[in-house]
Amino acid sequence: MGIAVHGITKRFGDFVALDNVSLEIPTGELVALLGPSGCGKTTLLRIIAGMESADAGQVLFSGEEATHLHARERQVGFVFQHYALFRHMSVFENVAFGLRVKPRGQRLPEPEIRERVMSLLKLVQLDWLAQRYPSQLSGGQRQRIALARALAVEPKVLLLDEPFGALDTQVRKELRRWLRRLHDEMHIASIFVTHDQEEALEVADRVVVLNRGQIEQVGSPDEVYAHPASPFVFRFLGNVNVFHSRMHGAWADVAQEVPRTEGHGDSIAFVRPHDIELERKQATGSIKAQVRHVQPIGPTVRVELEHDGEIVEVDLTRDRHETLRLQSGETVWMRPRQVKVFSAKA
Amino acid sequence: MIEGRARSEPRAVRIALTSIALAFLFFFLILPLAAVFVEALRAGIAAYAGALTEPETLHAIGLTLLIAAIALPFNILFGVAAAWAIAKFEFRGKSLLITLIDLPFAVSPVVAGLLFILLFGAQGYFGHWLQAHDVKIVFAIPGMVLATLFVTVPFVARELIPLMQEQGRDEEEAAISLGASGWQMFMRVTVPNIKWSLLYGVILANARAMGEFGAVSVVSGHIRGETNTLPLHVEIFYNEYNMVGAFAAASVLALLALVTLAAKSVVEWRMRVETEMLSAGLSPEKGS
Repeated sequence: MGIAVHGITKRFGDFVALDNVSLEIPTGELVALLGPSGCGKTTLLRIIAGMESADAGQVLFSGEEATHLHARERQVGFVFQHYALFRHMSVFENVAFGLRVKPRGQRLPEPEIRERVMSLLKLVQLDWLAQRYPSQLSGGQRQRIALARALAVEPKVLLLDEPFGALDTQVRKELRRWLRRLHDEMHIASIFVTHDQEEALEVADRVVVLNRGQIEQVGSPDEVYAHPASPFVFRFLGNVNVFHSRMHGAWADVAQEVPRTEGHGDSIAFVRPHDIELERKQATGSIKAQVRHVQPIGPTVRVELEHDGEIVEVDLTRDRHETLRLQSGETVWMRPRQVKVFSAKA
Repeated sequence: MIEGRARSEPRAVRIALTSIALAFLFFFLILPLAAVFVEALRAGIAAYAGALTEPETLHAIGLTLLIAAIALPFNILFGVAAAWAIAKFEFRGKSLLITLIDLPFAVSPVVAGLLFILLFGAQGYFGHWLQAHDVKIVFAIPGMVLATLFVTVPFVARELIPLMQEQGRDEEEAAISLGASGWQMFMRVTVPNIKWSLLYGVILANARAMGEFGAVSVVSGHIRGETNTLPLHVEIFYNEYNMVGAFAAASVLALLALVTLAAKSVVEWRMRVETEMLSAGLSPEKGS
């Protein structure tokens, strides 16, 4: 069971939420829709779920037209950011809901419903909470129950809208790993929406980066991180230093400070903070800069430098920091290990 | 001294404020309520019972109950539908609808009654048509139901709108994505979530429906034994200097008020207990 969307467009008044978006997700794949808030990622998810209708375009499930299928007939498991558990039902009844609302002919007999619910609760490791109410659970537990509830109806597709957005970091990390394992056991197509690049890179098989209603890049986590297709993707996936320079010669221009009046069209060079080497001696391709501020952050040490009126951030390993022992105000030479150049028009 | 100041106002101010509040309550609420029962029983239990079991009084009680019984289901229907539309959907004219729901609170009930005369009375817009088809609205029960509906419309909707707005649409959407039909979603998810507020609104609407005087008075035509509700009946007796009868009928209304208060308190208490239970703070993550 794969999902495909073709040419989906959605407007809210004058605001274009999705602009001609096409995407295919084969069965077994866990895909992250990644982007800043307002980029259209949740809208796309809701259109796939049938909770929102597209102004144009198609939604296909296993190659079959599903654009006009009602949400309840799509057999989609949907997990909400704020869990959306039925607050007046016990955990057990929450999970059983999808089984109980089936038409009489298709409904399982009570003992089987019971069995199925308990096995799902075991799957999410919360069978001991069956008689509790949602308000008595922690956020992480609620989201696991929400997932069990969605899986109860054996969905062909699992859709998760910022599933870990309301949880704190520790629980979040645990649930991420757990979702990954669960997905691998279920063999369905799953899509989750997130604005957290770390989450997308860690969990997903493929990452779809969205910006202003359009897809910027689709690729494996490694691809989108190591080879960003656009300045937006570069900026969105992690910290970055931006250098304005010339198109030809890439970093070399920045490095050797070729006068800006020469060369071809304007260009922008992107360098990640951990891809800059700092030295006390000048070398070929290094730029002079002044240390403004040194701050250890967790496993790395962030050095803020000033070059040509612009602030450059560099992340050093603790080891490197120990050997360098940089002081505020001193002059150092920056040398990039990796640079990515885009035309300034992009 | 510092502690005392930080805690509250000076003692004298506190005593003065409390006394004013209590005196007000006594003179304007408790004394009149007691007076109703004292006056009703002035001529003895037998006279009181006699006044209550008089056919016209019994009819007035019956009519009051009937009108409330017809008006309340409509109120529930409209209140839930309006609150649903306002809380769960975005549409043009939403704020206008919210304002319109409050209109009956702003308009004098007498004006409301006159509007119905203007529409359905013999000289009214639809008067000829109604006469030609032998339909009686004004000076008959249908008109009184309409007037009652008009004045009670806001209660249920106003109780439900904030609650439904706060609860959002997620649970309903979850129900649909799990395969529930619209009706299943409504009965299994929406109704359980709003039931206490709905009941609270219905109690308030019921109290108003049974106690309404102005609007109903205008459209009723005061036909004894036919279109007199309890409040109208009190007025008629009073105008005829039948004090025992007037106060006996009034005591029924007062009793109704007390029952309403009790019911309201019970519902409020249930609501609080349930809200506390269903939206308690997060407990720390236990086990795995």
